[in-house]
Amino acid sequence: MILLFAIASGVLFASGIYMLSRRSLVKILIGLLLLSYAVNLLLFSSANLVPARPPIIPPGETTPLPGFADPVPQALILTAIVISFGTIAFAMVLIRQSHIVSGTDDMNEMLCSDLPCGTDEVVDKRSIEVDENGDAVTS
Amino acid sequence: MIVFVVIAPLTFAILMLLLSNRPQIQRWISLLASATILTIAVLIFRLTLTNGIQTIQAGNWRAPFGITLVVDTFSAVMLVISGALALILAAYSIGQIDPQRTKAGFYPLFFFLLTGVNGAFCAGDLFNLYVWFEVMLMASFVLIALGGERTQIEGAVKYLIPNLLASTLFLCAIGLLYNMVGTLNMAEMALRLNHVQPYGQVTVVAVLLLIAFGIKSALFPLFFWLPASYHTPPVTITALFSGLLTKVGVYALYRVFTLLFTQDAVYTHTLILILAGFTMVTGVFGATAQTDMRRLLSFHIISQIGYLLMGLGLFRQQALAAGMYFMVHVILAKTALFMVSGIIFELKGSYNLKKLGGLYAAKPSLSLMFLLPALSLAGLPPLSGFFAKLVLIIAGFELQQYLIVAVGLFVSFFTLYSMTKIWNEAFWKSTSEDAHTTVARVNAWLWVPTLALVALSTAAGVLAAPLYGVCQMAAMQISNPSTYITAVLGAMP
Repeated sequence: MILLFAIASGVLFASGIYMLSRRSLVKILIGLLLLSYAVNLLLFSSANLVPARPPIIPPGETTPLPGFADPVPQALILTAIVISFGTIAFAMVLIRQSHIVSGTDDMNEMLCSDLPCGTDEVVDKRSIEVDENGDAVTS
Repeated sequence: MIVFVVIAPLTFAILMLLLSNRPQIQRWISLLASATILTIAVLIFRLTLTNGIQTIQAGNWRAPFGITLVVDTFSAVMLVISGALALILAAYSIGQIDPQRTKAGFYPLFFFLLTGVNGAFCAGDLFNLYVWFEVMLMASFVLIALGGERTQIEGAVKYLIPNLLASTLFLCAIGLLYNMVGTLNMAEMALRLNHVQPYGQVTVVAVLLLIAFGIKSALFPLFFWLPASYHTPPVTITALFSGLLTKVGVYALYRVFTLLFTQDAVYTHTLILILAGFTMVTGVFGATAQTDMRRLLSFHIISQIGYLLMGLGLFRQQALAAGMYFMVHVILAKTALFMVSGIIFELKGSYNLKKLGGLYAAKPSLSLMFLLPALSLAGLPPLSGFFAKLVLIIAGFELQQYLIVAVGLFVSFFTLYSMTKIWNEAFWKSTSEDAHTTVARVNAWLWVPTLALVALSTAAGVLAAPLYGVCQMAAMQISNPSTYITAVLGAMP
């Protein structure tokens, strides 16, 4: 079982890193998603997989029987899933917004933060028009 | 007591959300709130000086089982600095952040960021550290994109992807460590890691964490996201990031590589030392090529990170103390420089050195506010940077690491060169043709906080002896992990 987890996690890592090295932002996003799945599997197997031994103290005992399944990694995964859900959701919105303002999802064409964009390099930050949703209006 | 340094910013962040339609009230409360956070941090600092390491076991669960918050002298120093920076930048933001960004939630995010930063400084549990990192990152993602200009959004994308990758690697390292030692509490982990056989697997995880924190603190081969993104948001946000975010990464490296991974120091700490040297050199060479003031200063952040890691890489009490003193110095001086660049933008409407000029004739006092932190960063006596570099270099000589000392001095020279470049272009050169003055006078909300920070940075040089004394105390604590472990677990088992 642990071998299966190791292989699954490894495959997810490899494909995640492959997707991260692509230029398209959507593919990078998929890469990040795959990586977070890979890590969740790794966390899940971090306390060794113990089937059918719940960490419950039997009546009359003061400690659970030795060899019980460790519940801590499951709590960790739960937290990690929630956090990665939040960050990926934000990343998705950001990538959509970046597609709207720059009209491309190719990393190689996103040069505005490195080179002066267009002719007017010095834009007064307060003259940017904003529509009712708070999004910048693009011309 | 120490829990309030995390709870207070969180409470204020929520309060700011409730007041999101009242920008004026938000501004005043943000001043009050950051003053409160600073006060709490100072109280905690005094407590750690008199009573040693402070701990809190959340929910009264005994140490290795529950979540522990720990503040030693190093954390306390960092908390005070972050509190002071919060107060100064909250004041600066009143003059600088435009109404749209205030309405879009600048102040709640500002305090959420502080929650994450302060939480990371207090975390005594590796997974807890991860969660605080995420709180901090999430707030910083939104702050960097706030306003939605094209450069900002592109900068945010470039900032987001490496940092998410770093979080994933961090989580990965946590999973592997849990598998080896069966605990997440850092004190308990430090004890159990001594018995892991073969030790090589611990070194692998150590390097994985070095990569994860290295991305977050912009270490040599992993720094490319920083100069691509830090200059895009308004200067208040850049100053906040430059002062706190990368430094949290460095703090985590200091914590992890003094407490957990010390057995194979010949390998790991030499690696850190080599990376530190490369970080210094690439940062400063990147800076010399820039003509945009904020990009130039962003590259300097990277080169200064190199000095901070030099202290860790040398790995002796003296060197760690020097690194901590350097951390205080660089946070104050670098943030002050960013704030001055914001004032220059306000005056001239540009960050481009080619379009600036004549500021020394027009604004002599502003020139002084630039010159003090700039010369401090370059390491001229009697400013804080001189003492920071002096103690670091003495430590390097004592350990006979002459190469890194040579690199440090060489980089210091180039730092002076690029500071002179800003001085020549922006201040000394006569006003260039296409330069235009947008406003004649600067808002007091901009120059008063800047002046305060410049004064603080100068004070760090004048009061070098007591400050370095505190750093030595902090270094003594972190170079003897048993103090930390006893404070967390109650007694050495």
